[in-house]
Amino acid sequence: MKELKPAMLMCLLFTLLCGGLYPALVTGLGQALFPHQAGGSLLTAANGQTVGSALIGQPFTAPGYLWPRPSATADFSYNPMASGGSNLGPTNPALLTAVKERIGVLRATGVSGPIPADLVLASASGLDPHLSPAAARLQIPRIAKARGLSEEMVANLVTSHTEGRQLGLLGAPRVNVLAVNLALDTISR
Amino acid sequence: MSKHLPEQKSIFDPELLRAAFAESIKKLDPRILWRNPVMFCVEIASVITVITFLMSLAGLGREPAWFTGLVSLWLWLTVIFATFAEALAEGRGKARAASLRKSRTDVTANRLASADPGGSTTKVGASELRKGDYILVETGEIIAGDGEIVHGAALVNESAVTGESAPVVRESGGDRSAVTGGTTVVSGSVVVRITVDPGETFLDRMISLIEGAKRRKTPNEVALEVLLIALTLVFLLVCANLSPLSLYSVAATGHGTPVSLTVLVALFVCLAPTTIAALLPAIGIAGMDRLFQKNVIALSGRAIEAAGDVNVLLLDKTGTITHGNREAVEFIPVGSHNERAVAEAALMASLADETPEGRSIVSLARQRFSLPQPARPADAEAVEFNADTRLSGLNTGGKQYRKGAADSLVAFVRALGSKSIPAELAEVVDRVARAGATPLVVCCDTEVYGVVNLKDIVKSGIQQRFLQLRSMGIKTVMITGDNPLTAAAIAAEAQVDDFLAQAKPEDKLRLIKENQEAGLMVAMTGDGTNDAPALAQADVAVAMNTGTQPAREAANIIDLDSNPTKLLDIVEVGKQILMTRGNLTTFSISNDIAKYFAIIPAMMLSVYPQLKALNVMHLATPLSAILSAVIFNAIVIPFLVPLALKGTKFRPMPAERLLIHNLLLYGVGGIIVPFVGIKAIDVVVGLFV
Amino acid sequence: MNLPNDLFQFSALLAAVVLLAIPLGGYLAKVYQGERTWLSPFLVPCENFCYRLCGVDQNDDMSWQRYALAMVLFNLVLFLLLVAMLLIQPLLPLNPQKLPGLSWPLALNTAVSFVTNTNWQNYSGESTLGYFSQMVGLTVHNFVSAASGMAIAVAVIRGFVRRSSAFIGNFWVDLTRSVLYVLLPLSLVAALFLVSQGVIQNFSAYKTVPLVQATTTEKPQLDAQGNPLLDRAGKPLTDKVTVRQATIPMGPVASQEAIKELGTNGGGFFNANSAHPFENPTPLANFVEVLLILLIPAALTRTFGVMVGNPRQGWALLGVMLFLFVLALGVLHWQELASTPLLKQLGVVGGNLEGKELRFGLAGTDMFEVATTATSCGAVTAMHDSFTPLGGLVPLSLILLGEIVFGGVGSGLYTMLAFAVIAVFVSGLMIGRTPEYLGKKIEVREMWMAIVTILIAGIVVLILSGIAIITPAAVASMANPGAHGLTEVLYAFASMANNNGSAFAGLNGNTNFYNLLGALAMLIGRYAPAVAMLAMAGGLAAKKYVPPSLGTLPTDKFPFAFWLTLVILIVGALTFFPALALGPIVEHLAMVGGN
Repeated sequence: MKELKPAMLMCLLFTLLCGGLYPALVTGLGQALFPHQAGGSLLTAANGQTVGSALIGQPFTAPGYLWPRPSATADFSYNPMASGGSNLGPTNPALLTAVKERIGVLRATGVSGPIPADLVLASASGLDPHLSPAAARLQIPRIAKARGLSEEMVANLVTSHTEGRQLGLLGAPRVNVLAVNLALDTISR
Repeated sequence: MSKHLPEQKSIFDPELLRAAFAESIKKLDPRILWRNPVMFCVEIASVITVITFLMSLAGLGREPAWFTGLVSLWLWLTVIFATFAEALAEGRGKARAASLRKSRTDVTANRLASADPGGSTTKVGASELRKGDYILVETGEIIAGDGEIVHGAALVNESAVTGESAPVVRESGGDRSAVTGGTTVVSGSVVVRITVDPGETFLDRMISLIEGAKRRKTPNEVALEVLLIALTLVFLLVCANLSPLSLYSVAATGHGTPVSLTVLVALFVCLAPTTIAALLPAIGIAGMDRLFQKNVIALSGRAIEAAGDVNVLLLDKTGTITHGNREAVEFIPVGSHNERAVAEAALMASLADETPEGRSIVSLARQRFSLPQPARPADAEAVEFNADTRLSGLNTGGKQYRKGAADSLVAFVRALGSKSIPAELAEVVDRVARAGATPLVVCCDTEVYGVVNLKDIVKSGIQQRFLQLRSMGIKTVMITGDNPLTAAAIAAEAQVDDFLAQAKPEDKLRLIKENQEAGLMVAMTGDGTNDAPALAQADVAVAMNTGTQPAREAANIIDLDSNPTKLLDIVEVGKQILMTRGNLTTFSISNDIAKYFAIIPAMMLSVYPQLKALNVMHLATPLSAILSAVIFNAIVIPFLVPLALKGTKFRPMPAERLLIHNLLLYGVGGIIVPFVGIKAIDVVVGLFV
Repeated sequence: MNLPNDLFQFSALLAAVVLLAIPLGGYLAKVYQGERTWLSPFLVPCENFCYRLCGVDQNDDMSWQRYALAMVLFNLVLFLLLVAMLLIQPLLPLNPQKLPGLSWPLALNTAVSFVTNTNWQNYSGESTLGYFSQMVGLTVHNFVSAASGMAIAVAVIRGFVRRSSAFIGNFWVDLTRSVLYVLLPLSLVAALFLVSQGVIQNFSAYKTVPLVQATTTEKPQLDAQGNPLLDRAGKPLTDKVTVRQATIPMGPVASQEAIKELGTNGGGFFNANSAHPFENPTPLANFVEVLLILLIPAALTRTFGVMVGNPRQGWALLGVMLFLFVLALGVLHWQELASTPLLKQLGVVGGNLEGKELRFGLAGTDMFEVATTATSCGAVTAMHDSFTPLGGLVPLSLILLGEIVFGGVGSGLYTMLAFAVIAVFVSGLMIGRTPEYLGKKIEVREMWMAIVTILIAGIVVLILSGIAIITPAAVASMANPGAHGLTEVLYAFASMANNNGSAFAGLNGNTNFYNLLGALAMLIGRYAPAVAMLAMAGGLAAKKYVPPSLGTLPTDKFPFAFWLTLVILIVGALTFFPALALGPIVEHLAMVGGN
């Protein structure tokens, strides 16, 4: 058991090095270089109050808001303390029932034609802050009507909050739902 | 020169087949079959199906009795085909061993108290002889045990061992002193010192080797068996896992029936690598048997397989690369003489020379100039070659005809008073030597006539074989006592990769060690006592049967024909054995893909009707699908028996091309064949069911 | 949906992996052979300081037995430390949420999971683990389990390189160098980059924020014992509750995220793992994370080639890996783009987005999922449970193949070498020679060790999934019915036995059954192959070198790579075809058949 001593000492050494020094170093440098990102990309309202994170979606059900993707988090939709997906299998009747129900809600607001998948299928984290431009466009008439705004105004707002592919190559074009809704509240006010 | 044995039979001789069948039933004994773990598992599986058959007869099973009965029958056949293949491979050897044993029994010996042939003798049985005893053997008697002649010389008929009926000379001293028990003295009387105890004689070893009694699995065979056992275990677990999975599926879907034991057992046997496992013992035995047909006795399977791995072949020049003797091919005049004069002088100088070289000079001279058969002059006095003068020749009519190496002959004519040696002699001699031949200068008295070009004749077709060896990555090294110049020329002509000139026995040993240090496998042939250390060192050591006892003991392969080119055959068989195993393994495992497509949809169809999409062969019914797979799995064994016994055809080509070739043939073939085979069997089964 | 763009993203990924693997692989070879690198002036003193501190003599060459013993002891100490840490969590600092200690089966499972580089998670990070446990416990394991794997791989390479030697290197040296020269510097850079993309790194308490729009939810009514109350029809009674605020979890995420990918660990800070926006906020972050996952396993093939003195040997293995990777990516992307006929009938367009994040697009998601299951990472940006049936078959198959398509850091290479040994053996026979690989003869011992390495995980999966599928308590954990439920169980044991850690996450793994049997599967799956390969290395190092000749099968050329690929696929298919037929395959057939 000649190896037992180095085993224990190495264990302590690496705990200090990788579990203490390294995270401390990353925290120090991260906070210094990118304080906003390191702190959670928090959004503040005009009154200075924190209203959420640009990266964490929130639930919206009122007709005047852009509705986000369905969320399967526990307790309530978009619960940041319970990130996760539905884990429903592709042939699970429960998934199909839920999708049908969501489509029904959308159709009731006057949506016709094909439904963008992101609008009726739950995200992996349950906190997905984004919506596809197509899914956002589909909601413009409803929002405009509910808020008494012109469709053009809402459309411009959506467009101005649409991000393209990163570096022109990676990911998918997307709209940040919380940002759009905060902007909607700002102009409505 | 290799004489085949009178009792040699085809592998498929009806008599051998009958014996093999009886033997195959005996081999079903679990205590014997245990040595082949995969087939042992199949036997257990067969026993289980017998039970399920009895249960379905009693109306306890879900499947009809004809189905479980047929599955059981074919599983038993699978085992029997395997034992039959092994028995068949052993059959021919057994027959020969039996005849050998006959020649060994009832031999009595005259034991001497000492090596003195005049001493008193006592009659003893062969089994009472011990190492170190002396026996006297006289004309017509059978030599009672392996030993060495210490006194006298005799003509010995060794046909009992070698199958060669022409008797050979055995004499005390030198490299031809070894005798083998069971051989007969045709004429002469010798004293033999016995060198081995009874039960360990060459004949005994041969018999036990042929019978397979002492056969041990080679390392390669064991490694392959490890793979096969592991695969078998995995397939056992796959089948065991299927049972709960099907139970769950039935519960989840609410219909259908779980997989039955009979079907699981059938699936297991189909998936297990039965094809290769069944034929594995036969492949090794058949390989040894094939060598045996070529009169080569391998003292272990390992030696043959090592031969397949050889990187370096050390070949004695004489007898292997060249014909044993040099031949005169040309007369080259010097000075004012013409060719005919040289021929005539050489003819006279060689008239008394009974060596093959001398005879070749005579015959070349006669042939070139249509000379009559020369009569030996009455006054002729032969001058034998001796170590002092290093010349030979004939004195007749007051003339001294001589032939010999340039320096000796020049010294001879100078001594006779010659003043002028032709100027071009040195140049001619040099030219001939540089071409790898031996220049023999001819003179009559002081007159130097010219040079006889004595050439080593490289065996025809030998270059072709070396080329093949090279393409397999085997390096050939020629060993010769010649000077480097001569050696280089012959090496170039024979196209060997390297040569060792002026080689002494210890040089051979050193060369072997050097190559082995570099990680190479070395094979060599030898016969002399001084070859023994090198033979013992070499990875593959082939001793000539005519060789001395120490040489034969140091070797791991013995060539009864004493033909050094046999090494090439041995390499070939070694490779064939490995290739046959590898190819059949690949074939056997590739087969499983089709079997899955036959059995999986069939066994789960009642639970998941959708799985019929996987029934790509469109087999008629689930039961016929399973039965067809089982039958295919069994029947493929006898179909492959000829391949296992004859070995994969050997093709000398680089490793990469060989792999692709065999992959296409046995891998891709192994995937396709069962699809066709199972479908065909299903059609036939459909006619009855 | 933009297929050319997707293909372009895939090509960019593969090109980046190969281009970065070459210099990194060479660098690793230098590091392990003790040669000077550009970091040496700074790191050599640190390294020597570590050895002095721990009483290690860096010139003390070890036999394979000693090497294995050192590795096992080190892992054992780490394991015990982590178990203790998880059990006494309330007593530890940096726990602003006052999270309680873990139950012992969960603590056991979690500790085994992290020490074996599996990082299977039967807990949800944000609601179970405090910052101290995450950082001092799990982050450390992320480093050292990866470093252990790299050390073993290097020792195995030495087995091929050394001739007639009784030793295969010093475990402590290999371990220390892996951490100091490779994992720490790369993690530091990667972590800072991830912070720049939005990955959080702080020690703040969780932030409670008001919701922009209050939302309502149904909360089940509970009786005094905490059991749900039912109405007369047997439906649970619920209260309508209005939710006005949400709590956003915080923590030192970036530092763990970087090593989690780089060390192919995969244990997420949050329950949603890399799907969580705080772990993986942008498509670029996603791309970099995929790159980090593949980087070291790919580079090690190069290291292997350099160390055995023929880089083409490494290329051959990398080629096989790349081929299988592209094959898997192709099938997954095709299936997820095509979505299911059930969704199409409802008029839903845009691929199967259930359980996927929008920002990555299908291409970004699929490359991550193939990378994470091809290697033994197991981090996820999508929920595999919600993949199409054949889409879900892809990650499952990659895991079942034995984690050799890049594979775990270190373990991928040595498992691939075990496959190469088997392939060499059979092909060696087929060309009529005693097989040899890299100049070492492959004999009975090598066969045993290679077979243990490649088959043990499969054997564990077959046995344990068979037990689970007929154990009512285990079946009750399934989230989905029928064939899909079977796939969940199969996936769980495949993932644990092969030390991947991803899941068909609907399955509730936090039960005594899965916690305990899972821990067993992870232990066997990690240490049996590791010790077997060290034993093989010990045997190989002692052997003489056989120089190649024309009769030797070149193992650095296409025919062998092709044969190796076939062996991998055939072994995998033969072992798992029946189980897969009753899981994803029949689910697919039923789905397209319309029932």
